[in-house]
Amino acid sequence: MYYLTKNLASKISLLPMIIISLTVFVGCIIYSFIYSLTGSKLIPALNYVGFQQYERLFKSRKWDVAVENIFIYGFVFTIGCLVIGFLLAVLIDQKIRGESLFRTIFLYPYAMSFVVTGLVWKWVLNPTFGLEHSMHLWGFDWFKLDWLVNRELAIYAVCIAAVWQGAGFVMVLMLAGLRGIDEDIWKSLSIEGIPKWRSYLFVILPMIRPMVVTSIVLIAAGVVKVYDLILALTSGGPGYATTTPAMYVMENFFSRANLGQAFAASIIMFISVVCILAPWAYYEFYFRNKEAK
Amino acid sequence: MNINSNNFQPNGPRPKHLTIGRIGMYCFIFMCALFFLMPLYVMIVTSLKDMDEIRSGNLLYIPKVLSFYAWPKAWSEACTGFVCEGLKPGLINSIKITVPSVIVSVSLGAINGYALAFWRFKGAYFFFGLCLFGAFIPYQVMVYPLLKIESAIGIYSSLPGIILVHTIFGMPILTLIFRNFYASLPIDLFKAARIDGGNFIKIFFYVIIPMSTPITIVAVILQVTGIWNDFLLGLVFAGRDNQPMTVQLNNIVQVDYGVAEYNVDMAATILTSLVPLFVYFISGRWFVRGIAAGAIKG
Repeated sequence: MYYLTKNLASKISLLPMIIISLTVFVGCIIYSFIYSLTGSKLIPALNYVGFQQYERLFKSRKWDVAVENIFIYGFVFTIGCLVIGFLLAVLIDQKIRGESLFRTIFLYPYAMSFVVTGLVWKWVLNPTFGLEHSMHLWGFDWFKLDWLVNRELAIYAVCIAAVWQGAGFVMVLMLAGLRGIDEDIWKSLSIEGIPKWRSYLFVILPMIRPMVVTSIVLIAAGVVKVYDLILALTSGGPGYATTTPAMYVMENFFSRANLGQAFAASIIMFISVVCILAPWAYYEFYFRNKEAK
Repeated sequence: MNINSNNFQPNGPRPKHLTIGRIGMYCFIFMCALFFLMPLYVMIVTSLKDMDEIRSGNLLYIPKVLSFYAWPKAWSEACTGFVCEGLKPGLINSIKITVPSVIVSVSLGAINGYALAFWRFKGAYFFFGLCLFGAFIPYQVMVYPLLKIESAIGIYSSLPGIILVHTIFGMPILTLIFRNFYASLPIDLFKAARIDGGNFIKIFFYVIIPMSTPITIVAVILQVTGIWNDFLLGLVFAGRDNQPMTVQLNNIVQVDYGVAEYNVDMAATILTSLVPLFVYFISGRWFVRGIAAGAIKG
């Protein structure tokens, strides 16, 4: 009894957190896992079928496409953001005029909704009236930009839109890293006569490794859950050429009434996110805290 | 993720002479800036053209004749499915969702952080760990079970329903940033307040809240942009009558029938992004700290 009443106000105030953590975060995963082992269709039912839903999932052509897309998207988006973000950070770090203006320009897309980004790029890449049309009007008749209607290339259109939105964020993280480098290091590098690009690539880049790791993890975590951007830009099309795991889950939940399948797919999504984030989170929240003490 | 605002100053003076290399560098950075600005520019000019000019003219040219036809239409007449009321109801819904969600979730985060930082009890950090773990779960895993929970308590597809959802999904990250901020405050301050007879509530209101301005700004930026830009949760939990702006925007643009009016689409797109852009432009560096904290959210 004493244990319960001691520090009572604190316990009461943390009650919402405790209840939500147990029922929503832990509860939902257990619920999803249990029902992923059933043949639920329109409504959740406990007709246990073992791992059949997972077997069906891995045999599904559409899921294959979704996984393939998420790998292409993840790879291009991550590399694109890192390279462009680092390049922009280095450029901004050259004591240029109007630095804050350029920083504002490179980061503003990050403030926009994924839906907005998707719709803008859908218009810019419109095969009839978009950039392709402009180039034709300028006399470049050979110019072709039909990515949105091309099964092979549509996913790269998604990548362009995503990089446009995310690169500025990586730039800011990297810039914070670059600005933390000691002036003396630059002095000694210039005394040694090492060209600037080599200093950046081989000395500075390894030094800002924590920022690079943080960027990669934050970007990678965003990759798995990409949904609204693709919905707005291609609606998963043409056909289902740009579908992703998140779209597969949502479709099976809400339009195909195939709950068991959706639960199985969502559990797979969850496992992949944990695999990406857990090692980093452990380092960032636990290890760091310990170091600080 | 330690983005220290002091680090944003460049080291040393700016070079005095323009060399070929620096001119090349400026050219390159201008090209990059053009690439980043191009979609915004295209949005604005398209929204000010009429459809004839959009069909025949160049996407990248400024309008020959300024046409303001698209803006009022996007605001109050454009059709989302069967209803033709434009984005106005969406804006009102977004405000109705965002304001209470931000207030509730930030307050809850502050109280949680305060309790965890100063009034630890056995097991508190276990639940905090569970809560943080929640930040990593993709929304798709939780959407359906949560929908079941909400229908069981009768608030599914209503305003309280969507506010609760935003509060739940904002909680892990808000609790974390508030706890970290409070943990960095000098503990002697808290001890002195205790000796002066302060209790849980009094210390919170008289000592802690007055010191919380910076972290509250970060939390509010994170939540306002996050909730305003949310699409998935609004789509699933808000219900037909409370659909936020992003959902209505998508409905307006993606209508399958009738002639697509790209100028109206673009005007609607700009209207939807006004609030986050405004937050971004006025908050400057705070914005980065806010979004960096929120980037891991599922």
